[in-house]
Amino acid sequence: MTGVLPVGLDNSTKVIGNVVHSVKEYVMVIQFHGDVEIGKLVEALKYFTGEIYQRPPLRSSVKRVLRTRRIHEIELLDFKDRFALVRASCDPGTYMRKLAHDIGLYTGVGAHMRELRRTRTGPYREDETLVKLQDVSEALYLWRVEKDERMLRRVILPVETAVTHLPKIVINDLAVDAIAHGASLAAPGVVRLTDNVSAGATVAVFTLKGELVALAKALKNAREIAGMGRGIIARTKRVLMPTGVYPRFWKTGERAG
Amino acid sequence: MSLAAKGVEFIDYITRKAGYENKWIVLRDAETDPSYGKLPYERSIEEHISYGVINLDKPPGPTSHEVVAWVKKLFNIDKAGHGGTLEPVSAGKPQSDRRPTGGS
Repeated sequence: MTGVLPVGLDNSTKVIGNVVHSVKEYVMVIQFHGDVEIGKLVEALKYFTGEIYQRPPLRSSVKRVLRTRRIHEIELLDFKDRFALVRASCDPGTYMRKLAHDIGLYTGVGAHMRELRRTRTGPYREDETLVKLQDVSEALYLWRVEKDERMLRRVILPVETAVTHLPKIVINDLAVDAIAHGASLAAPGVVRLTDNVSAGATVAVFTLKGELVALAKALKNAREIAGMGRGIIARTKRVLMPTGVYPRFWKTGERAG
Repeated sequence: MSLAAKGVEFIDYITRKAGYENKWIVLRDAETDPSYGKLPYERSIEEHISYGVINLDKPPGPTSHEVVAWVKKLFNIDKAGHGGTLEPVSAGKPQSDRRPTGGS
């Protein structure tokens, strides 16, 4: 596989694992083992759009039980001889190799995946931010040897870019250090939130300066939170902000906010 | 523009760049103190690295884990991780045993 692979450096390692659970998009070359009518191929692609059943392959790290995955879209980009170039967007945990195989079964001639390129994983896409290892290496050289950090600033994105696809909660200065210590988030600490915050969902918690503080699990929906004067509204899951960056406004045994 | 407005503008900017949109519900007016914390784009280069993500174009050949190992070596850091697929290397299995996956 080639393409989009977000790599979290140092402290960002804590939150980068979360993008694994976001929507993926691939471009794939499928090689058929016999001649296929284009009509039959289009029919096959249509058949595999929507909810599909997949059993994880033998060499996978997850439990091999039949599960459903959603293929949001499959687009036929090109078709020549026994090769089809398709673009597919799908749920996390969908096996593209398996999909190619199943499409082959449907057409009756068999097929396998020849090449795969990931064009999107959640908030990261095939755009001007996508860089090659060579670019990273060159940027580091410029910084270390030429004392020029401009390219390195272009090559590395702030950790906040890893959570743009999540619902968001912005908290006031008073609540930050308590969250950094792993405390739950109470209603009075919330300054603003996006309307898609829902009970049970993972949300990104930000300071008013736009710094990512932590990932949390919301206990209420946005509308409920908006109407609450007090009470816990989210449980902190992964903390990114070090303690002591913001002053300690809380006392042991007291709630933040 | 106030510091808090700049902070929210930053969040909105990176969200739009990624193809999403924030529909905010504003509960209260608040300002933030400039004497601690900072706007993410005002981090020193060392902080920027430590709180950084690379949108890397994975080359064909090595596994995602091997690529992450290279990045660690390049930056000379202990920790790095990828947000590719949920395929941790199974315990006790050396890297060399694994073919690069064709993606999940």
